This record gives sequence, C-alpha cells and structure tokens, in this order.
Amino acid sequence: MLQRAILSTIAWVCLVCACAAQPLSFPALTGWVVDEAGLMDAATRTALTEQLAGLEQKTTDQLVVVTLKSLQGTSIEDYGYQLGRHWQIGQKDKNNGVLLIVAANERKVRIEVGYGLEGTLTDAVTKLIIESSILPRFKVADFSGGIKRGVEDIVQVLSGDAQEWQDRAAQRFSPENAPPAPQRAIWPAIIALLAGGGLLIFCAVRGGVICRAIVQWLLLALLSGGRGSSSGGTSGGGSFSGGGGSFGGGGASGSW
Amino acid sequence: MFSWSAGRSGFARIVILLPFLALLSGCGVNNIPTYEEQAKAKWSDVQNQYQRRADLIPNLVETVKGYAQQERTVLEAVTNARARATSVQVNADTITDPEAFKKFQDAQAQLSGALGRLLAVSESYPDLKSNQNFLALQSQLEGTENRIAVARRDYIEAVRVYNTELRTFPGVIWASTFYKGNKPMQEFTVAEDVKQPPQVKF
Repeated sequence: MLQRAILSTIAWVCLVCACAAQPLSFPALTGWVVDEAGLMDAATRTALTEQLAGLEQKTTDQLVVVTLKSLQGTSIEDYGYQLGRHWQIGQKDKNNGVLLIVAANERKVRIEVGYGLEGTLTDAVTKLIIESSILPRFKVADFSGGIKRGVEDIVQVLSGDAQEWQDRAAQRFSPENAPPAPQRAIWPAIIALLAGGGLLIFCAVRGGVICRAIVQWLLLALLSGGRGSSSGGTSGGGSFSGGGGSFGGGGASGSW
Repeated sequence: MFSWSAGRSGFARIVILLPFLALLSGCGVNNIPTYEEQAKAKWSDVQNQYQRRADLIPNLVETVKGYAQQERTVLEAVTNARARATSVQVNADTITDPEAFKKFQDAQAQLSGALGRLLAVSESYPDLKSNQNFLALQSQLEGTENRIAVARRDYIEAVRVYNTELRTFPGVIWASTFYKGNKPMQEFTVAEDVKQPPQVKF
C-alpha cells in the first residue's frame, strides 16, 4: 500500500507542468484589423480588412494592423515581436507575418516583420514606409490616412510583380530562414516498447500489487511523455487566427 | 559454472528492471539533450545576429568617413572594437566556459559602446544624416540591434530552461547519471540595451 502511494506520488510529480507566466497582456485577435485604441473610422476598418483578406488569399502573407491603447511600460520593439509570436501571425512553414503596430499613447509606430519576410520587407524598406508614408499623416492626426498609406505600401512590396515574386519565394524557403525543427530521438521509443513487452511477461509470471502499481505508473509516465508533442498552432474557435508564424525582431519603428 | 536457477533469477531481475526503463522517457530522460540542442540553436542565432552587425560596420565606417573625416578617434575606436569582437569566437560547444563567454560578451559590449558614440557624433553632420546610404545603414543597424536583443532573450530563456533541468528533479537524476558531462550554460550578465552615454570632449 505504502509502496503504491509512493510510486503514485512520484508519477504525479513527473506530470506536474509549470505553466509559463505571460508578463504582457495582448488584445484578442479578432481579424486583420484590431483597433483597440479606436484610431480609425468604420469605413477604413472595412476597407483595410477587405484589402488584407485579399492579400492573404493571393500570397498567404498575413498582414495585421493593430492599434494599442498602451505598451504596458515596455518598448514597441519588445511588445511587437511578442505580440506577433503570441498571435502566431503568418503561416507556420513560411513565417510570413507582418504587423503594423500603432501605440497611440506612446506616439510610436512599428512595422514588425516575420522571419520569412525579412528578405523582402527589409529594415530599410520598412523604415522608408514609416518615415515617408505614415509619420507625415500621423503628425497631423490623420491616423486613418497614415495607416491606409502604410498598408498600401506594404502590400505593394509584398505582392510585387511575378519575377520579383519568384525570387522572393526562393529566398523565403532558404533553410536559413526556417526555424530549426525539434528533433526527437527514437531510442526511448524502442526502450519503451521493449519494457512494455517485459512488463507483460513479468505480469504473466508474477502478477500482484507491485505489478499493478507499475502498470499505473507506466501509464502516467507515458501520458506525461506525450504531453509535449500535442501543442500546435491551432487556436480554438473564431473565424480568424494566426497561422503559426514567428518573429525575430525584424522591421523598423518611428515616432511622431 | 552457471546453474539454471541462477540464470533464471538473473533473467527475472532483468525482466523486473525493464519496465522501469520505460519510465525514463516519461520522467524526462530526453529533456537534457533536447534543451541542450535548443539552447545551442538559440546561441547560434545570437552569434549570427552579432555577425550581421559586424558585417554592416565597414560600410558604415566608410560612409561616415566621407562626411566626417575629423572624427578619426571615434571611427578608429569602432574599427578596432569590431576587429576585437570578430576575433573572439565562442562556438556552440564553449558556451559552458565562463571565461570565454565573458570575453565574447565584453568584446561585443565594447563594440556596442563604440557604435553608440559613432552614431551620436553623426548627429552633428546634417549632410551625413540626409545621405541615403547612411539612412539605410542606420535602419539596418537599428534592426540588427533589435534582433540581437530578441536573440539574446531567446537564448537566455533556453539556457534558463536547460540549467533548471540540470538542477531540478527529475532532471538532476539524469544529469548525475547519463549526462555527467553536461555543464550549465552561461547567461548574459551585461545588459545590451544599457549603452554607455556618448562622451563629450571639449
């Protein structure tokens, strides 16, 4: 009995999973345009949503416009890549997400570029878009206009012409841009199989309390071993979600 | 001489022990090598980004030289710091060496400081500031600094996970048996974003 209790306890200890705390809070991803700060009029929001849906259908590039009430005390660069990772903007295998972030309170704007588009939307290009298209309009409080022009420019760069497109595709799929795939060793599986067989033989010969305890522990252990592999890029419910893309700090920022 | 009964009890012992091996993967026997590989991958990201910054510098120095030749000391400081930083290489296998890691960190911090001063003095040359090449380089440099910050943070997080696994249960069991050679990895101790303020000389 005591033995069983100890074994069960150890098994549960193995199972315990510490959930990582999120220090920043992020707005909900409701669509291509998330206007938390309420900077745009309804017509602009609708027009942008249509335009961005079209872009994603054509190129699979996911561009999301977000206006924030507050950066919660951090820099827009810090908030930007974490928001992109949190929302998983961009397709998982291409990391082709882009965020146009406007922080009204801090008067900061940033174009955050996913790993896969860093070769197309380079830092210099994004800086140019911010400086020449967005900031002049923001300076006279024309937020709808600034965002519209910025999105237009980004879409133009992203959809380019056919030849440019081909080059870009080649660039995007280069191994350098792809995140390293997690590798799983095969030998533990073999050992588990062997051990399972051994357990069956053992139980056939002996049986009893110890055997039951072992079976219980084994089950728990297998469950805990499998928990790591089930996390995916899918999000429950809703018509809009990120595709599993990731960000590494590419892009540029500006302030007005 | 082996008797049948001795052989049988030996076999039984093996059979009893086998199921316990299956528990190893449940209790994270794979975690140490997995986290080690992840941390090493994050480290090579950090190195790549620092390399990217180093690659931008010669071009930047040349551009600034064209407009601000009199800033020789600042330009030389950047060139020298770059040379020092690129000569210190820490590869994925030596991140467990505190001394080598510190050398790398110090060299990069020095380069950050020198670059900060160069960009600060550039402010006083309007022609340079409006030069297209300089603007492009400056935005690339900003982007790279930001990528360095992200890569460093990802690395620190991966190292934290790995080092924690080495020291906590059940990882500590595997660390002291199967993976005796695994040492904790180094973390960054000098904050990259704490740039030295530009020195003003009269």
